Amino acid sequence: MDTPIETIELGGVGLLRFLWRQLTSMRTALILLLLLGVAAIPGSLIPQRTQNPMKVRDYFIDDPSVASWMDRFSLFDVYGSAWFSAIYILLFISLIGCVLPRSFEHLRAVRALPPLTPKNLDRMELHQSWAGSGDELTAARAWFKQKHFRIREFEGAISAEKGYVRETGNLFFHLALILILVGVSVGALFGMKGEAIVNVGERFINIPTTYDSLSYGKLFNDASLAPFSLKIEDFQAKYDPLTNAPEDYTLRVSAIESPGSQAKSKVIKVNAPLSFGSTNIYLQANGYSPVVTVRDKNGAVVLQGPTPFLPQDANLTSIGAIKVPDSDPQIGFVSSFLPTASRDKVRGGISAFPEALDPKLLFSVWQGNLGLDRGIPQSVYRIDTSKMQQIGLHSLKVGETFVFSQGSITFDGFVPWVNLQVVRDPGKLYALLGGIVAILGLLASLFTRRRRIWIRVNQSSQVEVAGLAKNGAPGLDKEIAAFVTHLKKVEK
Amino acid sequence: MTHSSWAYVSNYLIYSAMTVYTLAFFAHAYETAWAVRSPAAEPTQGNLLTKTLDYSRTEKVARIATAFMILGFLLLFAGVVARGISAGRVPWGNMYEFSITGALAFCGAYLAALRKYDLRWLGLLVSIAVLLTLGTAITVLYRPSAPLVPALKSTWLVIHVSAAIISGGVFLLANTIAAAYLYLDSMEQKGERKAWAKRLPSLEVLDQLSYRLIAFVFPLWTFAVIAGAIWAEHAWGRYWGWDPKETWAFITWVAYAAYLHARVTVGWRGRKAAWLCLFAGSTFLFNYVYVNIWGTGKHTYSGL
Repeated sequence: MDTPIETIELGGVGLLRFLWRQLTSMRTALILLLLLGVAAIPGSLIPQRTQNPMKVRDYFIDDPSVASWMDRFSLFDVYGSAWFSAIYILLFISLIGCVLPRSFEHLRAVRALPPLTPKNLDRMELHQSWAGSGDELTAARAWFKQKHFRIREFEGAISAEKGYVRETGNLFFHLALILILVGVSVGALFGMKGEAIVNVGERFINIPTTYDSLSYGKLFNDASLAPFSLKIEDFQAKYDPLTNAPEDYTLRVSAIESPGSQAKSKVIKVNAPLSFGSTNIYLQANGYSPVVTVRDKNGAVVLQGPTPFLPQDANLTSIGAIKVPDSDPQIGFVSSFLPTASRDKVRGGISAFPEALDPKLLFSVWQGNLGLDRGIPQSVYRIDTSKMQQIGLHSLKVGETFVFSQGSITFDGFVPWVNLQVVRDPGKLYALLGGIVAILGLLASLFTRRRRIWIRVNQSSQVEVAGLAKNGAPGLDKEIAAFVTHLKKVEK
Repeated sequence: MTHSSWAYVSNYLIYSAMTVYTLAFFAHAYETAWAVRSPAAEPTQGNLLTKTLDYSRTEKVARIATAFMILGFLLLFAGVVARGISAGRVPWGNMYEFSITGALAFCGAYLAALRKYDLRWLGLLVSIAVLLTLGTAITVLYRPSAPLVPALKSTWLVIHVSAAIISGGVFLLANTIAAAYLYLDSMEQKGERKAWAKRLPSLEVLDQLSYRLIAFVFPLWTFAVIAGAIWAEHAWGRYWGWDPKETWAFITWVAYAAYLHARVTVGWRGRKAAWLCLFAGSTFLFNYVYVNIWGTGKHTYSGL
């Protein structure tokens, strides 16, 4: 778009007007659009906190000074950073400033009649002229009406215009982008996301304390949590015996939508979450929880139950920590669980298949201070053994017991655990609607052609036809040829 | 037939397609080379610029070349279908399968465009590109046919991936044409076109053609991204998470959106538009190669 050169008054209003015009100019919008693309690149090459916090931590361990400089420029949170937000906010302001005036203009144009037929049709594109019979206008009118042209007649001439859908589609496309942004914002403000590891047989109640990790949108609070609860009834994982690759995961739960309502049996699969309103529950990961009974020297039970272990590879070789804080001294088991036990020369005990065909529990026994009361959060899968001493090393099959100086441990069995992801996103429907409208608008704007066709018949029955294709859209020549053929056929 | 014998059939068909594409390549090369000599064979009388070259001798070879392209397409199509049967699903489970399907889409886009435009000259480039893709696929990326991991078991696999592959095929075709534009443009700036290049379409036609291909396929790419978002919402609990693949799909989308705006609204034509087209296309390729092989993220499955 060519912007006329203007002299700018150096007043506040003049400056604002100048800035506004610059911001909403097509060239600025184009630069912002390309800038947005370029700005998205670093986030795909540098690990991001939201996706890969471990790798970000590695950066800080490997080279703290460089990492802290990178952090200063939000390079580990690119998509939430001030500079990334600045680009897209400016782009959307520019877009609104461009699209809204155009929408009003288009509304006016849609209601208005096509402009009058130009005086000198011979200067227009695809001009043709022939001696006709005088009935051409009637035939032309019928032809235009049949093809849904908008027509305007004036003194022996017809202006016909078609293809307003192009601009309509174009505007709807851009308005739909704004709708998508609204959907994203609503989701970010009123949404929540949490994860929890739940053993098969246990119950999950949707309250903050059941989650392992939980984050809220700015305008979400505990009271907004959907009041459902689930009992994990059964989890089945099927694996391909040749490649060990997973084939199917099926989780069966009995779900209570709100306190007092009937429990319903439901199935959750990887591509099929369970929904309560705008809250969805996804099956994200799975593993094993070995079930053990630990007794003290007198034979009293100090710990009994399942402990979730963290899978390390595709065959679910899992590591975990069984902590017994209630014994004196405290006892911890640094353990591995192998669903199908096997040995590897380098890695030692590993699992050869993800299903529990020959389960084994490997562990070293430690006594001393587990460090749980120091107030520093520690991993549930690891034990800080700096203040402990090792008093045993053993492996057990299901049903076996190992006796050590402070007591005994019995490997009772195992249960699968599942990682449930609970997400509430009330904005996603707006985003979806925006996506659909955007595609329809795009199709309409890219595949319709705006064009005008004129016809004039003068007193001596001389017929003149010409046309104008906006944006150099192709195909008008063929359309006019068809139009002329039709008129000449009618003459005969 | 068993699943593994279907996989063998698929491999044979892919190898056959490669043979046929090699023949198509030689036929196109022969045609191009022979056309160079045509003007020299006739003593120059009058202006060479306006005189049309004599293609009667190469016409037959050109037809044969196109026939090979069609035959190659059919064999490749059968190979892709057989691969799908062997795995009992759509053949888009790993990078080997994406590559053979992508080559099929690229060749299909070329043949479809050939029906409408005089693009036979492009056959040389298309056959080289298809051969390179298939060669890389079968030597480096090959994986035995296997069932899908649970995350990929969804109707959206068919919808999302097919839209992405077709878009990719057309983007690459538009890129090839833009590259041809830039090459011919620099040739013209040094003087007139070399003899073999004279029968290629005018710069204006090439410029228009790459634009039309992109305008045609941009809504499909938008759809592929949105379908991916819907699927991501089903599978991962969020429709957009700036996963590297998503990010690069977005960058590609932005780049092509900028291209369309630059053309339609700002009026970019010719060299500038062609460079922007190449840039946009290269973001697509980068996404395919880099993110699949070296990237981390949720789009990496089953070791490629």
